[in-house]
Parts: sequence; structure tokens; C-alpha cells
Amino acid sequence: MADAKEHLVEVRNLSVDFHTKGGTVAAVRDVSWHIDRGETLAILGESGSGKSVSSSALMGLIDIPPGEITSGEVLYCGEDLLKVSAERQREINGSRIAMVFQDTLAALNPVYQIGWQVAETFRSHGVDRADADPKALELLERVGLNNARARFNDYPHQFSGGQRQRIMIAMAIALNPDLLIADEPTTALDVTVQARILRLLKDLQRERGMGLLMITHDLGIVAGMADRVAIMNGGRIVETGTVKEVFETPKHPYTRSLLASVPGAAGFVDATVRPEHDETLLRVEELSKEYLSPASLFRAEKPAVLALDKVSFTLGRGETLGIVGESGSGKSTLVRTLIGLEQATHGDAFYRSDSLIHATREARDVARRQIQMVFQDPTASLNPRMSVQEIISEPWAIHPDAVPGSQWKARVGDLLEQVGLLREHAARYPHQFSGGQRQRIAIARALALKPEIIICDEAVSSLDVSVQAQVIALLKSLKEEFVLSYLFIAHDLPVVRSFVDRVLVMHKGTIVEQGPTRQIFTDPQHPYTRELLHSDPVLSLGNAPPRRRRLPSSDDPTPPPRPFAGAAKP
Amino acid sequence: MTMTAPPIVSSAEPSSLRVSLGLLWRDKFACVAVLFLLAVAFAAIFGPWLLGASATKINLMARNAPPLSMHLGWHYILGADALGRSILLRVIVGAQNTMMLAGCAVVISLLVGSILGFIAGFRNDWTSSLVLRLADILMSFPSLLLAMIVLYVLSPGLTNVILVLAITRIPIYLRTTRAEVLEIRERTFVTAARVMGASPWRIVWRHIRPTVTPTLVTIATLEFAFVMLSESSLSFLGLGIQAPEFTWGAMVAQGQSYLGTAWWVAFWPGLAITLTAMSLNLLANWVRIASDPVQRWRLESRKRTNG
Amino acid sequence: MSSYVTNRMLHSAISMVGLIILVFFLSRLTGNPSDLYLPIDTPADVRAAFSKANGFDDPLLIQFQHFVVNLFRFDFGTSLRQERPVLTLVLDAFPTSLMLAAAAMTLAMVVAIVAGALAARSPNGVLDRFVNILSLAGASLPNFWLALVSVLVFAVWLRWLPTSGPGGPSHWVLPVVVLAVRPCGLIAQVVRGAMITALSSAYVKTARAKGVRTRSIVFVHALRNAMLPIITVAGDQATGMINGAVVIEMIFGFPGIGRLMMESIQYRDFAVIQGGVIVTAAAIFALNIVIDLAYALLDPRIKHA
Repeated sequence: MADAKEHLVEVRNLSVDFHTKGGTVAAVRDVSWHIDRGETLAILGESGSGKSVSSSALMGLIDIPPGEITSGEVLYCGEDLLKVSAERQREINGSRIAMVFQDTLAALNPVYQIGWQVAETFRSHGVDRADADPKALELLERVGLNNARARFNDYPHQFSGGQRQRIMIAMAIALNPDLLIADEPTTALDVTVQARILRLLKDLQRERGMGLLMITHDLGIVAGMADRVAIMNGGRIVETGTVKEVFETPKHPYTRSLLASVPGAAGFVDATVRPEHDETLLRVEELSKEYLSPASLFRAEKPAVLALDKVSFTLGRGETLGIVGESGSGKSTLVRTLIGLEQATHGDAFYRSDSLIHATREARDVARRQIQMVFQDPTASLNPRMSVQEIISEPWAIHPDAVPGSQWKARVGDLLEQVGLLREHAARYPHQFSGGQRQRIAIARALALKPEIIICDEAVSSLDVSVQAQVIALLKSLKEEFVLSYLFIAHDLPVVRSFVDRVLVMHKGTIVEQGPTRQIFTDPQHPYTRELLHSDPVLSLGNAPPRRRRLPSSDDPTPPPRPFAGAAKP
Repeated sequence: MTMTAPPIVSSAEPSSLRVSLGLLWRDKFACVAVLFLLAVAFAAIFGPWLLGASATKINLMARNAPPLSMHLGWHYILGADALGRSILLRVIVGAQNTMMLAGCAVVISLLVGSILGFIAGFRNDWTSSLVLRLADILMSFPSLLLAMIVLYVLSPGLTNVILVLAITRIPIYLRTTRAEVLEIRERTFVTAARVMGASPWRIVWRHIRPTVTPTLVTIATLEFAFVMLSESSLSFLGLGIQAPEFTWGAMVAQGQSYLGTAWWVAFWPGLAITLTAMSLNLLANWVRIASDPVQRWRLESRKRTNG
Repeated sequence: MSSYVTNRMLHSAISMVGLIILVFFLSRLTGNPSDLYLPIDTPADVRAAFSKANGFDDPLLIQFQHFVVNLFRFDFGTSLRQERPVLTLVLDAFPTSLMLAAAAMTLAMVVAIVAGALAARSPNGVLDRFVNILSLAGASLPNFWLALVSVLVFAVWLRWLPTSGPGGPSHWVLPVVVLAVRPCGLIAQVVRGAMITALSSAYVKTARAKGVRTRSIVFVHALRNAMLPIITVAGDQATGMINGAVVIEMIFGFPGIGRLMMESIQYRDFAVIQGGVIVTAAAIFALNIVIDLAYALLDPRIKHA
């Protein structure tokens, strides 16, 4: 019987176990996929789905104790890599199959120059030192590293995240591998940088005819980059097919639920102004924050850094205001200044009629009770040594006049139920909960003093996509029940699409654009807002493929992007 | 991670004492160490009271008797010194002074060092810089040498020895506490408490102190061993507490001149020092693992492997 | 980088100066320092004359001034016991201690790095357990006891080595080995830990994905990163070695600074004690500079901050 066509790389029925002191965990079960030259396969899964395991097996990067490959084959051009010698694996790694990783600062050796590290790929595969360096330089220029010649001998910590990822890509494509594996290469990067890196990968693939394996949790990246997709959950592949097939007609329930929970899958928030919005709770006027670096014995005074530059906006009662900006936009400084962790240098902010910046301590404390906060990292924001009961009741311990001690237990129970947990969870400790549950506990804590305003500082950014949707749904229902106002800080646009009433876009310390959500998304005015919108893989679905983006002109109104035709409607 | 039902949450944890004892049992070396230390503690507390008289009894018939000379009495199992005193009894009785000197020094340096460290870490102004600089000066010089000189100037004696040992070790606690305070201050749950309006005192007591304590306990245990060794060195050199009081270090010094003829006089006290220090180090290692949530889970999940 | 070096030098210099000031005031702590210099049973009039002759009656600040001026002239006073300048005595004794410490440190480092690196390659293996035992022993053994026991076993019973030195190479074996045990144990533990951390790091994973040879991974990628914490601990141990040297020199009769200080304490020769402290502080200062420089060379994040 004739063999089926031989694929470049094929994984057949791979199962891998990990033996931990707590028992044996099945990392992947019976996983099969294949990829050929010139095509892009995406392996899509949330954290813990096992999406990186099969590619690690391909490159021999799984540590054999505690890992154990219990069955399956991993074929490269017909050769089973699970059975080859260590030397053969070493020959293949870097030259025929290569990989780029997520955390570039950790993945590059901090004590060696980047030029040396790129050239090392050549040197490890038989190229002379003298020849390796010029080739490395060529590569760095090809991947778009600015000023590559001058920076050849610099160290990894002297580059930005995007630049480091370019360096890693250069290292990987040095010997024109047949397959390039990209394991979450852009997760840690800003949206605009992400778009450029993804474009670079696509260009390189086309140029060299490589196979490209994208491992990611981001549906937008899959839709924008991949030809075929394999969806993983709990160590198994639950669905596979071309991207069009899987996204338009998902068969597996997990796929369907993933597609439904993509942020912004629902429509815009109904923008009709409600009567309560007329009452202004928060008014920020020309708030500015300057950082001066002091002169010292060895250094002349450096120019001041303007982290916040005359920021002004208002927040009404019952309103949800989204503040979107990338790193360095000033949104974190804004939050820290409003809650008093930083001192503003100019301007003022008012809660109702009380100044948050210039008032007496007592007045400020009273105002601050009404403004509570939920932080980005739910694990870090809860003291691991305090029980849930102690965590949620801490605001009452700090402000003893809020709730009498005898009622604490009952009130904590009420709050837990309101955020979707159980009363008996009060006796547990944070490490016994999942990330999404910890964030619910943090929300319960924020509600304890019955505030009017809750600042959500990237409150869903660290959560898996499906959990994000749940937490946002919770925030919405709490808002209805308690008439809360939210300041919702985010680093990209999609997540605010179906949740906030108005959007503020920040860039380099100023507000570049603000307005109702629908307007910002459908008719952005400022070039930076447009760049943000177009960079986002999710939002550019439904448009022309990512490489051919156009700016909207007046006779060509861009239709509101609908992420996936066929996705479940809310 | 599935999307629909929240994962099962494990049941409530048993009392922490139960858990600690269970963890201890799983690490056999640490178990043995704890038992040994309990024996030493017993000897230190009750030794002089129970055996004080017998330990000082001079018996010229048993002069320099080698070990296993049980015909002279069961207590000569480890041998006797030049005055016929039982080495075994003297080691047991000597435990009190040895432990007390080290113990007091450790407690003093722990309290003073950690309090200064809290202040230096929290205030982070010029006073803390000054304190830190003083600590640096103290740390830059070999502690034994410093102790020697100070004891020379102030003349040896119980209090002075304790003070000198304590002061030379304060910088360790100061630096560690300060570093931990600086790091924990920046953690999100501390920021959350500040946002809620917590006073600095509450933050230190409720959030920082419980997080720092395990580290300090581990260090204190290790320091106990180090201080004990230092005190032994001082006593060996004749700079520790003076006769007729003695510690194990002094006993080794007494045995030095008889090394060729009656080696047991110097051997057993030194062995006692070694075993006690080893037990303390093993215990400290166990404490470090048990109080680190990640490592602790590994310890907890051991079924029937040996420690 | 130059600001880093200058910064560190200033730092170490302040420590050294602080120590010297400390010693000065320490000696004035108990009243008239004559008591420190003279035997206990000196009659009162001799004591008064001595005090006057050495300027101990002057106001404290004047005394300090003289002290500092003398320091800069390298005049550390005269030994009462041996009637020679203190500086000469101390400098005579210094080389012996230096050789002892250097030999012990070298031995400790070599054994520790080899044992630790090998242990890191197979965690929980035989070598790993050996390293654990070694470091436990190093941290727990009183060096004076170890010295006595080893003299007993190797010199008295087995007669392989002499009981005390100095002399030819065989006289140095026991002192150096005994002195090296503690630092070796502690450094081996750090080497093991640092190498394990380095070998399980993300950049080693990248190197494996690039197809780098194993030898290169261990010795080029991992070891270089592991050297940073190793040097920190080695520096601490080198300073602490003086503690051990005092005892070792006493037991083995080596004429080093440690023995000089002990004898001076026994004979109440305070000028020598003071001189010894100052020279030791200066040596530690020099050592710290070397370590800081090594750090700057090894870690480019310092050079190119």
C-alpha cells in the first residue's frame, strides 16, 4: 500500500507524561498534526492546554526525567526524531528546524553580545568564526534591526522587546531552516510592535519557503497568519482544519465557546446617555506629572520626563470609561496619581467637589473610600498568607467605622456570593483558587466599602480569554446592581469594545482622542488611534489580509469589523 | 483550563502544627536533627541541676581514663580528663553555657537587627543610609578578630562575650530584613493595602512581618550554629568566659595539651559542637523548604520516599 | 563603568576608614588607654609617666589628630614587647598569612567548582549527595577541632605529616586543607545551585534549540552566568578566612598575623594589635576592589548600565 505523501514534519499519536512529586500529569494525549513547507499551521490553546509540548518534543527540549514520552512518533522528512541520536538532534536543531520564544530577555544570554549569539548559530553548524560574523550582521539587517552594524556588539538588555524578538528571529532563520516554530513570540509586546513582528515572520516565510508553526492563545493571530489551525484543550487536539472552516463552522463545543468569548464579539455598548450620567463623579483637570532626575556628583541634570501632560476628562455616575494606551502612554501614572501613590506636579482631580490632590488628609481619605481598585495580577494582589475572609474584610479593619465586627463574617459571605463564589470559600487561601477566581476575590474586596468608583487597572489582561469574558460579565452585572462607575484601563482596544461607554486613547502622556466607543472604533480621527485599531489582529479580521491595510477615506467607510462570521451571537 | 465550571477548590487545611509535624516526619534527616537538638536542649536546661555535682567531682583514680572504662563507673564511658572528671558528664553540663551564650547572642542580634532593618527598609532616608553604612563597616571585618579585640579592651566575661557576639551579627539581620522590606513594599498586595488607606504600621505588622518572618527564622537557626562555632573558637583561644565556668570550646582547649596521650578529652566536646551545628543546619534547611509554598508542596506530596 | 568602580572604591574606603576610627575610639572607651598597653600590675606613677609620654592625657581630638597624622606617616607605634616598630612586625607576619589564605582559597575554589558543576549535571545523584555532605561538614565543623583531630590522626598516629610548621611543603598540607574545608563546602553549595539555575534557564533552552554543543552550553553559557553569585560568596569567604587563620596559625605554629595578634593579646601589646587591625583592614579593602572589578568585567549589565 503506497504511503500517503510525506510531510515535512508530522507528529503521530504523541503522548507525553510528566512525573511530578504530586503524581503523573498527562501533558498531551494522542496528538497528531502535520505541516509542510510554505504553509502556516497554528496550534491554538489556552494556558495548560499542552500546546507547546509537541514542538518541544520535536526539538528534543523535553527533559526526560521528569518527562516521559509514552507513545507516538515525531517525523521530520520521515525520520523519527524521538529515536535519533543526540548528535543528530543537535545537527537538526537550529539548521533544519528552529524556534523563537516568548520571553526574549530571558531567552538571550545576558552576558554575551547579540552579534556573537546570532553568529553562534552558524558556528555551531560548521561555519568558521570569520565567516559567521558578517553573515550574522547581514541577518540582523534583514530582520530590520536599526543600526545593526553599530549595535552588533551590544548586549540584550540594551534593546527593546521588539528589537530582541527580531534578534531571536535572526538567530532562528540563519541557516534557512525548513520549519520555524514561533512559541507565543509576540505575547509580551505592545500591539503595534506585535503587528510588525508578525508581518516580518510572514515576509520571511514567503521569501524562504519555510513552514511556520505558530503556537498561540490569540485567535486574532490565528486568523491573520495561519492557513490551518489545530485547537488544543486539556492536552488533546479537539478540532483541526483550515482556518476558514474552523472559524466559520466550528464543530467542537470548546471551539465554539472560544470563539464566542473573544473580546468584542458582542456589539458596542448602547451609547444612549442615561440620566445618572449627568452627575459627574470624577473631574480631572490638566493633571500633569513630571519626573526630574536629580543632578548628582557624577551626572549633569537630565531633562525632565513628562509622564502626564495636562490630562483632562470626566467620569459620570454609572458610566464606564475606558482608558487605552500602550506601555509608556502614561495610563499607569494617571492611575497612581489619582489614588495617591504619586504626587501630581500640576493640575487637579476632583471627586464630586473634593480635591483628591490638594485636600487635607482626612478629606482625601474619605474621598478615597469611594474610589477602590482592582489590579492586573490577581495572584500578586492578594496576600498569600491571609485567608479570603481576612482579605475581604481588610478594608473594614482599616476603616473600623464602616462595618461593625460582628457583621463581618456575614457580609463577607454576601460579597462572595455576589461575585459568583461560595460562602465557604472564606476560610480558604488564595493559592487554592484559579486566576479568575482570585480576581473575583479581589473584586469582592473592592466592593467591601461600597465605593462609587472602581478603577480596573488592566484587571483582565493576565487572564485567559475565556475567563476574561466571565470576569467582564461579572463587572457588568455588578455595575447594574450597585450603580458603579468604572475606570477601565487596558493596553489594547478589543477588550473595551463591548464593555465601555466612552474611550480615552493615551499616547506619550496625553489624551490623543476621546469619545463614545462606537465613534472611536468606526471613525477614529487621530493617526495613533488608527494605528492601534489596525495593528490589532482581532480587529483587522474581516478586512483585507493584514499585509494590505488601508486607511479609511471618506468615500470608503470601513464597515464595523465583525470578527467572525458565524460566531455565536450574544 | 476549561471555561465553564470553576475548578474544584481543595478542602480546608488542617491546623498548621499538625501540618508542620507531618512535613517534618517526611524528611528523615531533619527529624533526627530535631531529636538531637531536643536532647541538647534537655541537657542544657537540666544538666547542671541534675549532674552539676557529679561533673565536678575529682577522682584521681580515674585520671585520664580512656573511653569505655566502665569498670570505674558507667559515666566514664567517654573517658576522663586529667583530674578524673567524667567527660560525658562535663559535656552534658557544658551544654548549658554553650547554648546560653549562643542563644542570647542570637536573640539579641535578631531583635535589634530586624527592628533596625524594618526601619531602614521602610523609611529609606538618610538615617537608614547611615545605619546601613555602619552595618557595612561591621561586616567588612572578620568577626572573630573584631571580637578578640573588643574582648581584650573590655575584658572577657559572660555579658561582654554575649554582647560582642550579638553586635557582630546584627548586620546580617539588618541587611536581610531591609532587603526583604524593600522588595515586599513594592508587591501588589501591599500597594492594594495602601490604596485602601492602611497606615504604615498596619502594613508592616500585617503584611510585611509575616512574609519576612520565615526567612528570619531560617537565618537565626543558621546563625545559632555560626555563633556557637564562634564562641567555641573564642573559648578555645582563651578569650571566652573564664574558669571555673566552661563551654565545649574551653573543654577542647583543655584537651589540647593532652592530645597525644588522652585524645578523648578534646575529642568528645568537639564532636558535640559538630553534631549540634549539623543538626541546626539541617533544621534550617528543612525550615527553608517548609516555608516556601512551592517547595513545601513537593515535600507534602512525597508518599513513601525516604527523606 | 568608571562611575561604578569609583562608587565601589568610595564605599570600601569608607568602611576601612570607619573601622580604623572604631578601633581608635574603642581603645579610648575604657578611660585611659595606658591600661591597655601596660601590664596589669604596673604601679600608678609608672602608668602616669607612660600616659604623659604617649600623649594619652591630651584631649581626645588632639589624640585623634596625632593618630591620623601618624597613620599617614606609616608610624604605627612601637611594640613594647619586642621593641621594634609595629609596622615591621606586622609586615613580617603578613606574607605567611597571605600564603596560607591564598593556598587554602585556591584549593577550596578548585574543588568546589569541579564538585559543584559535576553535581549540578545530575541533581540528586551520587555527586550531588557528596556535595551536600561536604557543605554540611564545612558549615558545622569547628576548625580548631578538625585541626586537632587531623593532627592526631595524620601526624601522631599515622606519622604521614609533621605536627606543626612552617617548613617544607608537607608542613603546609594539614593547615591549608583544614583552612579550606569551610569555604569549600559553602562555595560548592553555591556553585551547585548557580549551575542548576543556569542550566535550567531560558537562554540555555535557546542554545539547545540552536544546536549548540553540550560542552559549550555548560562552560560557555552556564558557567559564565553562574560565576556572578560564586564570586560574591568566594569574596565573603576570603574575608572570613582570617577568622580561621588565627586558630590555624596558633595550632600549627605558623608565624602569621593571626598568631601575632593572639600573642599580642596575651602579652598585652596593644600597639601591635592596633597595627594588625589596620593592615588587615587595608588588605580587605584591596580584596574588595579586586572583587568589584571582577564583577564589572563579568557582568556587562554593570558596564553598560
